[in-house]
Amino acid sequence: MKLVDERTYTLNGINVHTIPTNKFKTNTIVLKVKAPLSEEDVTVRAILPYVLQNATESHPQPSQFRAYLDELYGASLAVDLSKKGEDHIISIRLEIANEKFLKDSTPLLEKGIELLSEVLLKPVTEGNGFKTATVEKEKRALKQRIQSVYDDKMRYASQRLIEEMCAEEPYRLSANGEKDKVEAITAESLYSYYQNMLKTNDIHLYLVGDIKEEEVDEYVKKYFVLPDQENKVTSSIQQPNKDMTEPNEVIERQDIKQGKLNIGYRTNVTFKDDLYYALQVFNGIFGGFSHSKLFINVREKESLAYYAASRVESHKGLLLVMSGIDFSNYEKAVTIINQQIEAMKQGEYTNGEISQTKAVIKNQILETIDTARGLIEVLYNNEVSEVDKPIEAFLEGVENVTKEEIQEVAKMIELDTTYFLTGKEA
Amino acid sequence: MEKIEFKQLEENLYHETLDNGLEVYLLPKSGFHKTYATFTTKYGSIDNKFVPLGEDDFVTVPDGIAHFLEHKLFEKEHGDVFQDFSKQGASANAFTSFTRTAYLFSSTSNVEKNLETLMDFVQAPYFTEKTVEKEKGIIGQEITMYEDNADWRAYFGLIESMFHSHPVKIDIAGTIDSISKITKDSLYTCYETFYHPSNMLLFIVGPMDTSEMMQFIKDNQAKKTFKEKEEIKRQFDEEPTSVNEKKKVLKMNVHTSKCMVGIKESNPTKQGPELLKHELTVNILLDLLFGKSSDHYQKLYDDGLIDETFAYDYTGENGFGFAMLGGDTSEPDKLAERVQSILLQFDPNSIEEQELERIKKKKIGSFLRALNSPEFIANQFTRYAFNNMDLFEVTPQLEKITLEDLKAVAKDFIKEEAFTTCQVVPK
Repeated sequence: MKLVDERTYTLNGINVHTIPTNKFKTNTIVLKVKAPLSEEDVTVRAILPYVLQNATESHPQPSQFRAYLDELYGASLAVDLSKKGEDHIISIRLEIANEKFLKDSTPLLEKGIELLSEVLLKPVTEGNGFKTATVEKEKRALKQRIQSVYDDKMRYASQRLIEEMCAEEPYRLSANGEKDKVEAITAESLYSYYQNMLKTNDIHLYLVGDIKEEEVDEYVKKYFVLPDQENKVTSSIQQPNKDMTEPNEVIERQDIKQGKLNIGYRTNVTFKDDLYYALQVFNGIFGGFSHSKLFINVREKESLAYYAASRVESHKGLLLVMSGIDFSNYEKAVTIINQQIEAMKQGEYTNGEISQTKAVIKNQILETIDTARGLIEVLYNNEVSEVDKPIEAFLEGVENVTKEEIQEVAKMIELDTTYFLTGKEA
Repeated sequence: MEKIEFKQLEENLYHETLDNGLEVYLLPKSGFHKTYATFTTKYGSIDNKFVPLGEDDFVTVPDGIAHFLEHKLFEKEHGDVFQDFSKQGASANAFTSFTRTAYLFSSTSNVEKNLETLMDFVQAPYFTEKTVEKEKGIIGQEITMYEDNADWRAYFGLIESMFHSHPVKIDIAGTIDSISKITKDSLYTCYETFYHPSNMLLFIVGPMDTSEMMQFIKDNQAKKTFKEKEEIKRQFDEEPTSVNEKKKVLKMNVHTSKCMVGIKESNPTKQGPELLKHELTVNILLDLLFGKSSDHYQKLYDDGLIDETFAYDYTGENGFGFAMLGGDTSEPDKLAERVQSILLQFDPNSIEEQELERIKKKKIGSFLRALNSPEFIANQFTRYAFNNMDLFEVTPQLEKITLEDLKAVAKDFIKEEAFTTCQVVPK
């Protein structure tokens, strides 16, 4: 049985993906707009979806616009920015109730598609730009959003590790942009960036829910009329990993109670590589789950931490370790973590651990596609990497990973940067 | 087995009370891969004074013990139960709240095996002095992690400001000092008292054959023996209706300030349908006043006093209740003042029928969205059931709420003496 029934076609320059399923009580519509991550554009791009979600031509006041969402049975509209490898992605999501579960039979899906198209294509303008008041308000909110990372020490330490580790690659940039670049944005410059984005960016539209494809096609055709595409930007060329020199160690001090230890490794394997499945299994045995080496050795055996885990940045090929420890345990924790990498390189894991990890990964993937949002993220990974790996192939790929492949991946992994956020000296 | 149909929602719920008192609920969900199960005891951080099972006198146990017990149940003589779950392809977890401790797993295969593991590990405590000592290091790091978390500090600081003596003001994890007093014997005392099946609820949602599943659960429970069930006696100190302090300011290593405004429930004795109606009405009221479609929200945003972190929420349980509003802000004093004056100047007669209808529509749609989530259904259903409410009554109850209900709640709930503020500001 096919796990996901995805149909794809191109219309007016948009790649449309429809995934009919009757397991949800709502319909989900997601726009993904992709362009290469660049120092020049990162900040202006980061503010754009927040300006767009304020209002549209037909609901020009934010409170009117929000009241209209309420009227559509609390349709939820959310935007965010993310990085996938060296690409910068704007997501605009609308989730709307399926009217068959309501006493009222208002045709909500069409209204939802129409509204999302207006958010993307019919913003409120003033002169040659967006409304100045809106842009100014969102500039303030963006600065606060960028700054808020500092206040969340876990996020802060993760971000600082990436900045240090990828100092010479676009990947160092935060998806939310740079604070000192916010002020220079104007209603006009943002609008011109926006117009250019519509013409040149890679745009995907996903529709998941109890939908009839012919009906959806008709709505998409009617509402999503994009300007002519020109000079379309292609997926960014993956920057070669920097030449490895000596591993880097960065220690930063702040007035905090718990130290944050974040370690970054280069895996030299990404989503499109054949060894990617082996990397996932590697990560699962090493630090991805509660049966992993990091959890057992850092937390359970030594009581050094409440959390000690690793994750893979699939499109950039990084392995990132994070843990919260006492300041005084830095050396000890670093030693234990690096010993676990070494154990992985030496092939110190059993067939039992391998099959256990495969079972948990498989479970995780199947659970992810039980949510509309997770399903879309999984499918979109294929578009970003320009590969075609159906979920079945993914599950099979994981299942077929051998002990030798895991060791092969382990040997390719190189320590890059150890970052420690620690307390102020007494 | 009782079958409860929700036609409009296209859901069927199956229920049975087992001989040992355990409440079991099954909600089949076709099309989903995942099965999600929660095994929950009505025992949380507030239950620190009680009569141990088989005894006569009240005891007071160390702060954080319910949460500590949650951690320790995962460890057995043969090792860690997390391992057993992951060998069976499942992911397991647990959480402790003010009033509940829940153990859970989700898996897409070996569901019966995982369910057996869940029921068996929760019903077979194994504590030793050595493992209890080891856990103090791990939980110590968990507590320290929260000390650096500005959102948590603002949230808990606000609750501390609201309550004089009710144990809801005690941090769920306790303190490094309080957990140092926990012993294997005190863990067993709490376990014996609160983990009796008659104080617990098992909820399973996912693809399943309900009769087979129910039989499997019954067979598992029939193999075990439990003491006679007794009524659990808990004690809470008298809590005044006033707030403990009007304003608290915490200085932390942050760049942006946070400001939370709390409203303390003055008579938190409601249960069942009455509590359901009350909490839905308070939530509608908060939405009318502070939702993104409200003029107040737009004005606060335009004036730069709030950003997207601004949120509000109402918590109502037997014995305590409160609303909280707030988020990141550059001007905490100004935000506190504005929020409080919006509340105090609110004239319930100014609400129009169509505004109420709009918010009701929004709530009904949000509830449908939440029903996509097995986690939401299981966790919320359990919370509702422990308060004698029914999660599936949310929509019908929402539809019944009138302007008169809103006016009555506004009059009763919004009182200046019930307000308090907690701010986190840069050092």
